[in-house]
Amino acid sequence: MTNRSTILVVGAGPAGLTAATELARTHQVVLFDRESAAGGIPRHSAHTGYGIRDLHRVMTGPNYARRLVERAREAGVDIRTESTVTGWAGDHSLVVTSPHGRVQWDADAVILATGARERPRSARLIAGDRPAGVLTTGQLQNMVHLHHRTPGKRAVVVGSELVSWSAVLTLREAGCDTVLMTTERSRPESYALFHHPARVLLSTPVSTATRVVRVIGRDALEAVEVEDVRAGSRRIVECDVLVLTADWIPDYELTALAGLDRDRGTRGPRVDMSLRTSRAGVFAVGNLIHPVDTADVCALDGRQVAGAVRSYLRDLGMGEHSSAAEGSASDSSAAEGSLPDSSLPDGAVIQAVAPLRWIAPSLIRAGDHAPARRRLLLWSDEFRLSPRLVATQDGREVGRLTIPWPAVPGRVLRAPWALLERANPAAGEVRVTLG
Amino acid sequence: MISDNHLDTSVDIAVIGGGLVGCAVARELAGYQLSVALIEARADIGDVTSKANTAILHTGFDATPESLESKLVRRGYELLGDYSIRAGIPIERTGALLVAWTDEELATLGKLAAKAVANGYELCELVDADEVYRREPHLGLGALGGLTVPDESIICSWTTALAYATEALDRGATLLLNHRVDSVERTGNATVLRTNSGDVRATWVINCAGHGADIIDRHFGFERFTVVPRRGELIVFDKLARSLVSSIVLPVPSSRGKGVLISPTIYGNVMLGPTADNIEDRTATGTTEAGLASLLDKGRALMPDLLDEEVTAVYAGLRAATEHDDYVTAIDAAQRYVLVGGIRSTGLTASMALAEYVAELLRGAGLQLIQRDDLPPTRRMPNVGEAFIRPYADSDRIAADAEYGKVVCFCERVTRGEIRDALESPIPPTDLDGLRRRTRALMGRCQGFYCGAEVEKLLRGASADIEVSS
Ligand SMILES: Cc1cc2nc3c(=O)[nH]c(=O)nc-3n(C[C@H](O)[C@H](O)[C@H](O)COP(=O)(O)OP(=O)(O)OC[C@H]3O[C@@H](n4cnc5c(N)ncnc54)[C@H](O)[C@@H]3O)c2cc1C
Ligand SMILES: Cc1cc2nc3c(=O)[nH]c(=O)nc-3n(C[C@H](O)[C@H](O)[C@H](O)COP(=O)(O)OP(=O)(O)OC[C@H]3O[C@@H](n4cnc5c(N)ncnc54)[C@H](O)[C@@H]3O)c2cc1C
Repeated sequence: MTNRSTILVVGAGPAGLTAATELARTHQVVLFDRESAAGGIPRHSAHTGYGIRDLHRVMTGPNYARRLVERAREAGVDIRTESTVTGWAGDHSLVVTSPHGRVQWDADAVILATGARERPRSARLIAGDRPAGVLTTGQLQNMVHLHHRTPGKRAVVVGSELVSWSAVLTLREAGCDTVLMTTERSRPESYALFHHPARVLLSTPVSTATRVVRVIGRDALEAVEVEDVRAGSRRIVECDVLVLTADWIPDYELTALAGLDRDRGTRGPRVDMSLRTSRAGVFAVGNLIHPVDTADVCALDGRQVAGAVRSYLRDLGMGEHSSAAEGSASDSSAAEGSLPDSSLPDGAVIQAVAPLRWIAPSLIRAGDHAPARRRLLLWSDEFRLSPRLVATQDGREVGRLTIPWPAVPGRVLRAPWALLERANPAAGEVRVTLG
Repeated sequence: MISDNHLDTSVDIAVIGGGLVGCAVARELAGYQLSVALIEARADIGDVTSKANTAILHTGFDATPESLESKLVRRGYELLGDYSIRAGIPIERTGALLVAWTDEELATLGKLAAKAVANGYELCELVDADEVYRREPHLGLGALGGLTVPDESIICSWTTALAYATEALDRGATLLLNHRVDSVERTGNATVLRTNSGDVRATWVINCAGHGADIIDRHFGFERFTVVPRRGELIVFDKLARSLVSSIVLPVPSSRGKGVLISPTIYGNVMLGPTADNIEDRTATGTTEAGLASLLDKGRALMPDLLDEEVTAVYAGLRAATEHDDYVTAIDAAQRYVLVGGIRSTGLTASMALAEYVAELLRGAGLQLIQRDDLPPTRRMPNVGEAFIRPYADSDRIAADAEYGKVVCFCERVTRGEIRDALESPIPPTDLDGLRRRTRALMGRCQGFYCGAEVEKLLRGASADIEVSS
C-alpha cells in the first residue's frame, strides 16, 4: 500500500514536533514516531528544566512534551505513533511499519528528527560479566518514570554531565543511593550543580580521572572495578546498579541507509545552516545533528528548518496548501518528482579541530543565512574559562571570537554566527580551532 | 512436556545436558519407541557454550582427515543443512575466504586445499590478491592471496538448539530444567541420577554435559579425560557494518589455533573473534580487557573500516577442549552408559551427526531401536534471521494480526506478536537473555535505552500470569 503527504517528519521529539507544527500551517504534514506516545525523550524525563528558549517558561519534561504535542495537533499535524520508519523506498519515500500495516509513504520533503541515545556498555567495551542491572539513563528513566520500578539500592553512575546528575535524581526518587559517580575527565562538569542545587547532589561522591574497567557478578550485579587513570591503581566498588550516562550517539540509521553524507564528529548527517542534508529535499534537525543539546534548542531547529523546507517546496513549484487535499492513497510512480541533488548549491565543509570534537552545522552553502538562533554549536573535550575560537580557510583567518562563557566538556558550547559569517562557501574547508 | 516436578522420573533414556548436542540426541532418540528425559542444570536449554559461539556451519574442509570429528562435521553439515530448511532455522550460504597475510601463510593455503580434498570437500579454489580484494574490498592492506570455501555457511545456533528441544518434546520427551545431576548410582539394571530437583531413573544414560562431561564420566568410574575450558571472546558490530563484508573471512589456521575471523552474522551484524585462551574456571564466561584489546588490534589490521562502526555486543564462550585432539566418545554396554564429550569447536555443525552416531552406538550394544510411525511433523520455528522476511516487514501477517505490526524493540524490530509467541511457545524463555535468543529483543544497538523497560514488563507480565495460574 502507498500513501502520500507533502512533508514527512520522522521522530516526534521536540525537534520533529516543532518542525511539523510550523509547517502544518502551510502544508500537509505527517509525523511518525515508533513509540506509543509522541513527545520523545522529555516524556520520561520527569524533572523540570524544559521549554526555556522555545516556550519561554520552565516546565517538567512530560508537561513540555504534552504541550508540544497539543500544539502540533492544533496546527493540524497528522501524528502517527507506533509507526516505525524502517527504511527508504525512494529519495523521498519511507517504509513504515505500524499495527495498521506496512505502508510506503511518498512525499516531496522528508525531515529526519530521530534524536540521540547514550552508548550502551557494549559500545564502551567494558569487560567482565554480563549480569542485569547495567543501564543507560534512558532505560533508567523509562523504568522509573513510565514503569514505576526500582532499579536497586546502590548505584555507580558513570559520567558527570547534566544527564548524569539527572540520573542521580531519578535513582534517588526510586530509593536508590548513588555511592559513586565516576568521570574520566579531570574535573566534574560543575555546571550541572548550579542547575540542580539539591543537597543530594552535593553529597554524591564524585571520582574524577576514573573509569569503570570491569563488571563483576554472574547472575546479578555485585560490584564494579574502577581504575584511577593517572595512578593506574584499581579498587572494587560494591553496587547493584550501574548507570552509563552521556557518551551520545545520534540515531543515524535512516541517515546511513539513505547514504547521506555524515559528519565524522557527530556521526549524524552533515547539514548546512538551513539544515539541508546532502540530498535535496531531505532535512535533519535536533539531537540527530548535535548530540546533545537541550530540548528547547532542538525545538528551535524545528523552526529554522521550516523556512528551508518552504523555500524548497516553492522552488519545486509547490505553492502553499497545494497538496493539502490529496490526502490518501495514490500510486507511487507519481511520487518521485524530486530535483536531482545537483540542485543543491556547493558548500564548504567546516572541520572542528581537537580538542573540539564537532561543530554543527558543519557545512556552509552558497546563499546560506545564519543558523538557528544565530548560534553555532560546538563540543569541546577540554575545559576553557574564556574560549577563543578561530576560523581559518585556506590558511587565512576568516573569523575570531572570545566567548564570555566557559567551554565545558559534556555540554554544548554555543558560539555566535559571526565566527563564520565571512567564510566563503566556494573557498574550501573551514577549520575551527579552540585556543 | 516440561516437568519441574520434584517427583521421580523413570525413563528408558536419560540425556544429561541441554546444549546443542544433548538436544540433538534427545530429539533423535525420541524418534524411536523409547521414553526419553533431557536433563539440564540451568533454567533454559542452550544456555552455555551453545549460545556463545561463532555459529558457522562448517564444511569440515580443514578438519584432521580420518578423525571422528572430520566424519561427523561433514555428515552434520548435510543433516543440519537439510533440517534447517524443514524447521525454519535461519541459514545463509555466505561462503568463506581464507586470507594469507604472510608468505608462510600463502604456502599453507596450498596444503589446506589438499587437506580439503582429503576431507572429501573439492570445491576450494586458490585465488590471488586481486581476487581477494575484489571479493572483500574492505580488507586491510597486505593480503597476499586466498582460498575460497564456497559452502561454509552461517546459521542461528539459538534457533537450532530450540528446534531440536521443541521437536524432542513434540515427540514425547520430558524436559527437566533446573535439574543438575550431582551423583550417579547404579542399581540392578538401571541408573539413578540424583539431581538437585529429585531423582531420575534410567535404563541408559547419555552424557552430553559439555563442560561437566568429565565430572559425570568420573561418576561412572572412568578417569579418561579432563575438560580444559578455552575461552573465546567476540565483538559484534552494528548492522550498518554488514555491507563491509560479504563472506566469512578466515585467517590461515596455525598451530596456535583457528585464529580470529570476521563474519557476517545471521542477524545481519558483523562479528570479530574469537580469541583462544586456556583457562581454569569452567564458568568464566566474562570478557577481559586484554581479550577485547587484542581483538581490536586484529580487527584494525584486518578491516580498518569495521572499527569505525558501533559495537553492539561483546561476549565470550568456552570451548570444552580436552587433552585429546578429537571428540571423546565411548559406550559402556555393561553400565548402559554413553559418553559424548570434548565437543570443542565444531559441535554446532556436528550435532545431528553426533545424535545419529549415538543411535549407532546404542544399536551396536544391542538396544532395539524401533522407529516410531506416529511422529508429528517438524514444526517451523519463528524466523529471527535477517535474510528472511520477519514479521515487521510482512504485510500479510500484520493484516492478519496487528500485534506483528507493533514494534517493541526498535533497533532489532521485534514485535509484540513475536514476544507473545515466544512466551506461549513449548519452551518459553525464563529471563531476558532467553527472550533475546528467541526473538532478538534487546540485542540491538541501543541495548535497551528505548525499549528495555517495556520488554522487561512484557516478560514479567507473563511470569506474573504463570504465578497466578499455578
Ligand atoms: C536523561 C535526560 C535528561 C534530560 N534533561 C533535559 C532538561 O532538563 N532540559 C532540556 O532542555 N533537555 C534535557 N534533555 C535533552 C532533551 O531531552 C533532548 O535534547 C531532546 O529530547 C532532543 O529532542 P529530539 O527531538 O532531537 O530527539 P528525541 O527527543 O530523542 O526524539 C526522537 C524521537 O524519534 C523517534 N524515532 C527515532 N527513530 C525513529 C524511526 N526510525 N521511526 C519512528 N520514530 C523514530 C524516537 O522514538 C523519539 O521519540 C535530557 C535528556 C536526557 C536523556
Ligand atoms: C568461541 C566459540 C566459537 C565456536 N564456533 C563454532 C562454530 O562456528 N561452529 C560450530 O559448529 N561450533 C562452534 N563452536 C562449538 C560449539 O559451540 C560447541 O561445540 C557446542 O555448543 C557444544 O555443545 P554441547 O551441547 O556439547 O555443550 P553445551 O552447550 O555446553 O551444553 C552442555 C550442557 O550440559 C549442562 N550440564 C553440564 N553439567 C550438567 C549436570 N551435571 N547436570 C545437568 N546438566 C549439566 C550444561 O548446563 C549445558 O547446558 C564454538 C565454540 C566456542 C566456544
